[in-house]
Amino acid sequence: MSMTTIRQGSAQLVNSEKVRLRGALYVAEARIRSMMKWIWLIIGIAIANPVLYLISVGIGLGGLIDESVGVAGVDGVKYLTFLAPALLAQAAIQGALEETVYPTIEGFKWNRTFFSMNSTPLSGVQISIGVFLAAFFRTVYTVLFYFGVMWAFGALDSPAAWLAIPTAILAGTAFGALMQALAARLENENIFFVVLGRFIMMPLFLFSGTFFPLTSMPFFLQWIGWISPLWHATELGRYLTYGHAISPLMLWVHFLLLVSMLVVGLYLSARLFTKRLAK
Amino acid sequence: MFIPMAVAIAEARMGKRGERFYSGRVPQLLERGFIVFRSSTWMIVLSGFVEPVLYLLSFGYGIGMLLPTIESGGESIKYAVFIAPALLATSAMNGAIYDSTMNVFFKLTHDRIYHGMLATSMGPLDVALGEIGWALLRGFSYASAFMVVVIPLGLIPSIWGILAIPAAVLIAFGFASCGMAITSYMKSFQQLEIVNMLLLPMFLFSGSFFPLSVFPQWLQFIANLLPLTHAINLVRGLCLGNINMALAGHAMYFVIMIICGLFFTTKRLNALFMK
Amino acid sequence: MSESLISARGLTKKFGDLVAVDGIDFDVSKGESFGLLGPNGAGKSTVMRMIGATSQRDAGVLTILGKDPDKHGPQIRAHLGVVPQQDNLDTELSVVENLYIYGRYFGLPRAFVKSKVEELVAFAQLEEKRNAKVQSLSGGMKRRLTIARALVSEPEILMLDEPTTGLDPQARHILWDRLFRLKEQGVTLVITTHFMDEAEQLCDRLIVMDKGKIMAEGSPSSLIKDYSTKEVLEVRFGSDRNQEVADSLRAMCQRIEELPDRFLMYTEDGESLLEKIYASGLHPKTSLVRRSSLEDVFLRLTGRTLIE
Repeated sequence: MSMTTIRQGSAQLVNSEKVRLRGALYVAEARIRSMMKWIWLIIGIAIANPVLYLISVGIGLGGLIDESVGVAGVDGVKYLTFLAPALLAQAAIQGALEETVYPTIEGFKWNRTFFSMNSTPLSGVQISIGVFLAAFFRTVYTVLFYFGVMWAFGALDSPAAWLAIPTAILAGTAFGALMQALAARLENENIFFVVLGRFIMMPLFLFSGTFFPLTSMPFFLQWIGWISPLWHATELGRYLTYGHAISPLMLWVHFLLLVSMLVVGLYLSARLFTKRLAK
Repeated sequence: MFIPMAVAIAEARMGKRGERFYSGRVPQLLERGFIVFRSSTWMIVLSGFVEPVLYLLSFGYGIGMLLPTIESGGESIKYAVFIAPALLATSAMNGAIYDSTMNVFFKLTHDRIYHGMLATSMGPLDVALGEIGWALLRGFSYASAFMVVVIPLGLIPSIWGILAIPAAVLIAFGFASCGMAITSYMKSFQQLEIVNMLLLPMFLFSGSFFPLSVFPQWLQFIANLLPLTHAINLVRGLCLGNINMALAGHAMYFVIMIICGLFFTTKRLNALFMK
Repeated sequence: MSESLISARGLTKKFGDLVAVDGIDFDVSKGESFGLLGPNGAGKSTVMRMIGATSQRDAGVLTILGKDPDKHGPQIRAHLGVVPQQDNLDTELSVVENLYIYGRYFGLPRAFVKSKVEELVAFAQLEEKRNAKVQSLSGGMKRRLTIARALVSEPEILMLDEPTTGLDPQARHILWDRLFRLKEQGVTLVITTHFMDEAEQLCDRLIVMDKGKIMAEGSPSSLIKDYSTKEVLEVRFGSDRNQEVADSLRAMCQRIEELPDRFLMYTEDGESLLEKIYASGLHPKTSLVRRSSLEDVFLRLTGRTLIE
């Protein structure tokens, strides 16, 4: 065997122009492929999570609350209807978070795949966008499943309810992008997971007006909601699914805040990815 | 003949029951826990204390606005009084589960720390009891700290409530020994994630936020099989002063968990390290 | 005959159908440096684990300091310092904390361990890293720390499973120096390795293992003398031509080993054999005359190279 047969002219097959345009899609493809290994588990969680929450808190606790508040309802509706859009946004945020933070830490630290990707014509910006796109994909179907379950539980009171799908996705991806940027800077992940779980995610979940109107919290705790993408998405979701009263100005505020979180998150993450890969 | 000190120490234990498995080194393993706590894990431990307080603040205050009182044990009580014991029991569970699953898994397979420990004159039962002992200490401190917050708020109506602290230790013991047994059989991190995912439905269906009586019979039956349900009933019974034989039954559930957990943990560690 | 610390007769270990250790006999005497040599999967680590009382034999007799490891595991382990193949330092602790807590695991009193730790930090040459977390140490530092850790209980026998695998040459030499000092202090060393130079440097006596059996036993020099020639000539003709020249080479030398990329020719005088090859009109692309080593002994005994 002579050595010359090993080379097949692959250098000519590499189309660097094509990589420049579509690189992020290749990265997303790799991510989605590895996600597919767990697809049944992910779908299982996407269905089980809303079902369990809606039965337990929505119907179990909700039944008692509906009895207690009487005809006035919670924000004018049944507790289940009040709760559902918040849980929808929360699921989007959780899904996006898992698909940005873990892959980012994995790629930089656990198995360093980002560095091997970066030794091909792929750039840091493309890797960052690729990871984000895969997370976007996960967020979309998590939200779709959740919405399906909400519909089955009769938690949708408005014909415009379906518009809560894009707002939840927006909130999820906005938060995911911010967390992806944060994860790109991370050196010690053990402490980070605890801080993220108990000092960021949990307060956001508990103090964003998820389980009760934000205004019923003492004023000194309401600020958590104001900076929380979950609260902004929940307000939009409640407006869309059952016509929660909200001023047009506030609608724009909620929407634009989420959009700006997304833009800032994407920008920072692209920058930090490039920086860390060059280090 | 000169005998090294380590040998003299080990030989002093010769002929004791279970000498192959146990060398009485639990204090040394707790000492390790303290060293690690001081330098790195204090944040994790602290966060476990914050968790029930956040839930109490959110649900107790927020839901309490919508649902000021709730029926429990035939009387009407404030919503925060209803959930405080449940949060105490749940935090005992969470702390014990974290210590005995994630933590143990990494030491077992990733860092192989137990391999190093078992190359000394310790045995597998020392390691198991050391890890579980740390989980108990954590359970005890969480419960005590939580009590310090909730008693002044008037959320523990009965004097029996003070027994919720030893009850939390019992609960932590049960979850830690079973958690460690399960972890020792796990092959991959993903399998462990699945175990952890079961904690959420357990949390949602153990009567933490509302009495299980709102559910249909069949669902109540399933809920009554879950260990957290028994933990919550035990702690709630003590905090509300509803003392009856049922509490002994709940405690028995945990005694059985402890025995089974310890048995399988030692068996498995022995198979892993002494085969 | 000096005192025998470890004695094995017909020692056997099976994992299912696989016989990892197949009825071997050996003795290790006090103060000796004893090597187990063989390729991956030869059964070396299993023998180490049985001596370390963390693996139970299936047949045969094994006594360590007069005790049976199946019955007195903790007592035997109190005599041993174990350096595993794969570092298992406590990553949540610093250098000194690792040493300290390991001493405590033996039940040793705090004051004793604390003074011992100072001694060992110096022995491992880790004074500057004493408060560093283990993760920040280099591979060589981690190994030195693992060895220092094994010494915290002042063991009579130090068990080293492939102590220098994965280290750079400089780190290996530092480690050999440390091990040699221990040997001078009278510590009995049991070493597994697949590095021939390491075995030649460190071991007084060794057994060569393959597929669970002992192939040969003796000192490194006696093994080389018994199973090999004084010199070895290595020649390469390029992957295309090796086949063509094989027969002509065989005619020139009594024993010849054909490896995928080169020939090993066993001879008393390598230079003159090389001249003979040139004289016959063959022109190797590369050639090397070297002293015979344990690698050659192994090749002779098993027909295989050690690191494939």
